[in-house]
Parts: sequence; C-alpha cells; structure tokens
Amino acid sequence: MIKKLQNITNKISPALAIIAILCLWQILSFTGVVPKFMLPSPVDVVTAFIDDFPLLMEHAETTLAESFLGLIIGTVLGFVIAVIMDCFPIVYKSIYPILILTQTVPTVAIAPLLVLWMGYGILPKITLIVITTFFPIAIGLLDGFNAADPDALNLLKAMGANRAQCFIHIKFPSSLSHFFSGLRISVSYSVVGAVISEWLGGFKGLGVYMTRVRKSYSFDKMFAVIFFISFISLVLMFGVTLLKRASMPWDRIKEDSKFK
Amino acid sequence: MYKLTANNITVSYESKNIIEDVSIELNKGEIACLLGVSGVGKTTLFNVISGLIKPEKGTVELDGKDITGKAGNVSYMLQKDLLLPYKTIIDNVSLPLVIKGEKKSRAREVASVYFEEFGLEGTQKKYPSQLSGGMRQRAALLRTYLFSDQVALLDEPFSALDSITKSSMHRWYLQVMDQIKLSSLLITHDIDEALVLADRIYIMAGKPGRITEEMCIEEPMPRNKDFNVSNRFLEYKKKILNVLK
Repeated sequence: MIKKLQNITNKISPALAIIAILCLWQILSFTGVVPKFMLPSPVDVVTAFIDDFPLLMEHAETTLAESFLGLIIGTVLGFVIAVIMDCFPIVYKSIYPILILTQTVPTVAIAPLLVLWMGYGILPKITLIVITTFFPIAIGLLDGFNAADPDALNLLKAMGANRAQCFIHIKFPSSLSHFFSGLRISVSYSVVGAVISEWLGGFKGLGVYMTRVRKSYSFDKMFAVIFFISFISLVLMFGVTLLKRASMPWDRIKEDSKFK
Repeated sequence: MYKLTANNITVSYESKNIIEDVSIELNKGEIACLLGVSGVGKTTLFNVISGLIKPEKGTVELDGKDITGKAGNVSYMLQKDLLLPYKTIIDNVSLPLVIKGEKKSRAREVASVYFEEFGLEGTQKKYPSQLSGGMRQRAALLRTYLFSDQVALLDEPFSALDSITKSSMHRWYLQVMDQIKLSSLLITHDIDEALVLADRIYIMAGKPGRITEEMCIEEPMPRNKDFNVSNRFLEYKKKILNVLK
C-alpha cells in the first residue's frame, strides 16, 4: 500500500514540476517580460503545432523512415563488429581505440562533409545515422560479452561446448540487457542524427521543416517541431523498453520476486 | 575395474607445484569425498579430471580409457549453481543434451522424466530466480546428471546453503544417489558433510597438495538420520581431525 502511494508521488512530483515550468513560461510570455516574437507562449506553440499538424506528419514520415533504416543498419553493423571483436582479441585490441576515437568527432562536424561526398539524397543521412548509432550498440554488446560469468563459460566448456554454443547459450543472452541500454541511446541518436543531416540539405523531413520555419522567423513553429522531435524520441525509447520486457521475461520475474 | 582413476597427477603453476603425485580411484556407484582445507588444490584436481586443464604429469582414465585433457566426459557441478537466469529450469537442466547436439524439444522430453525423482515437480517453466537455494542445487544436480550419468565431480555443492537446508539436502542427495547410482567425487571442507555422504574419504593436505590419507566409512547407504550424532561418527571425526592436524 505504502509502496503504491510512493509510486504515485514519484510520478506526480515531476509532472507538477513540468506544469509549474509551463505556467511560469506562459506568464513570462503573457506579461511581455520576454518579447512575444522571441519567446512564444506554450499556448502559441500548441496552436502552431495543431495548425501545421498535417505538414509535420508528412515531414516526420521521412525523418522516421531515415531513422529506422539507419538504426537497423547501425544495429546490425554494431552487432557484427562486436562479435568479430569478441572472437578475435587482436581485432579487439586494435579497433577499440579507433572506435572510441570516432565518437569524439562531433556529428555536426562531419555532416557537411557527408553531404559534399554523397549529395542531398538519403545516402548521407543514413550514413550519419549509422555512424552515430552503431557505437552504443557495439560497446553495449562488448560490455555484455565481457560480463558473461566465467564459471558458467567453464561449465559449458567442461560439457564439451564449442565456441558457437558458448556464444549462443552464455555470451549473447548475458549481453541482452547491455544491448538494450545501448539501443535506447541509439534510438534517440538516430532521430537527432536524421534531423541534423536534414538541416544541411534535403527535400523533406523535420530538419528541412526546421530550417524553413527558422528562415521565416516562426518561433512558435520552431518550438512546436523541437517538442515534437523530443516527443518522438521519448516514444521510441519507450518502445525499446517494451521490446526489452517482451524479449527478457526473466528480468521482470526477478524484480517481482525481490518484493515478495 | 575402477570407474575413474586419476594417476600420479602433478600440476604446476609458474614452475611451482600446486598438487603433486595425486592418485584417486573411484568405484562404480560410489561417493568419494575429497576433504581438505581451502587452497590445497582440490579444485585444481577437479579441473584436471574434467579436462579443463592438462596436468604436467599423470593421466586420467574413465573405464580404462585415457581422457586426460579432454573435456566433455565427466560432469561438473560447483558451489554456485550456475543456472542460467535467462533460461527456464527445464531448459537449464536439458542444456547438456542440447550441447551434445540433441534437439531442444527432445532434450526437454528426456529431462522432464527426472523431475519427479529429483523433487523438482512443477518447476519446469519457472526461472532460477523464483527457486530457493536448495531447489536450485537440485536442478543443478539434475543438469549434472543429464550431462553424464557416468561420473560427476561436485565441488562443494552444498556449502552455500544454510545448515538446516544443508542437512535436508544431504538426505535428499543420498536418496537420489541410491536410485540413480551416479559415481561421484565430492569436494568439501566440511568433515561432517564428508562423513554423512561418503563411502570413502580422501584427505588432501600440504603444499603442494597431496593425498595424505584414505579412509573407508563402513556405514550402510542410505545412511540413518541419527548417524551424525552416533559414537561411531565421533570416532571417525576424531580420526580425521588427527590426520588434519
């Protein structure tokens, strides 16, 4: 009972904080402390969102398609890299620093280069998303492989298991929760990656929409699309959580039995 | 003929011998205990017998066949039950059959036959985290048995359990052993446990570890519940304590 109550208050307090911030924002904008054309009120943002809803949906479709395609390729690539690195220690040693290095290069910096190389089509966008999404997946999986219980591996070896069997029965399943943590990050990266690459050129997509409304100084629409993008990311991240629950039923059971 | 023999095993690490000239025999259907303080090399010997490491000297024979350094012949169970948290109990215990190349559905069928005998009814579809420590060890033993019904190496299988669960597990274990007649070699550092379970006790001591004493416990199996408070039990215990001193 107390547990339940705690749960409700846990959810209520952040909701109240958000409402408070929105109210403050509305007041600031309404009283004219910040000029309205620079900071539209929350109500203006909502209105802009409703007005442009069909257009936003159209652009979102392109962005989402790019994100998904990039994410899928990135995930597969991350998986393949992680498995290869796990199989061959020499590859692990030589590639790991390079992997880390690729992540220190800011996405925004290489995006224009990709456009120069590959044009305004879908290719540079997918490439950028793949570059940003494969990393959390590969690192997550590698951490997971390394976290596999050495005693369990020994036991399987004593049973006469070969490397593939060790991988299927021990290494891969123990890396699943790490994998999903990586996937959650990658999912939000994929949307951001798509938008950034669309800024630099393209014909459709939320990033393209953003550059257009920016050029016409429509701050309300800018805010609307920003919130829309973070909303999409949140939904996708929630989707990953659902996927994790569905594919790891034992994880939930463990949590349940802790409270029994 | 002995079921399993380890002949004059020597293992060294960084040019220092960990165990030296250790020989062990195991009869068919017998439970032999390897008793000794921690760090004497009991687990090292097990790693040799199970084929995980190759000894510097000596051989391991199963039914007279040389299996030195070859994994997959004798089964192995540790203090940690090592049940995989992401597999149900039925999939956990049937894993050795799957490793041997059996189909999953067939492996499950074979495994489920033993659930009643091992006192595991109704746990098939549960996950290890839903079971108590004792039940998990039962499942681990069943997995060990399904891996090899020839010889099992048990490395302190009950030492993580509380003492009440432990003694009920001992009784359960002897009862199951009486039915399945699995020849087993059991590591322990608990003298009482060795006396309750073993037909024969090897005492290992020294640095490098050697077998210093071999002792038969002439007490019918499965053992009476009162054996561990009897005078004979105390006499055996005294003898072992004297050797270990």
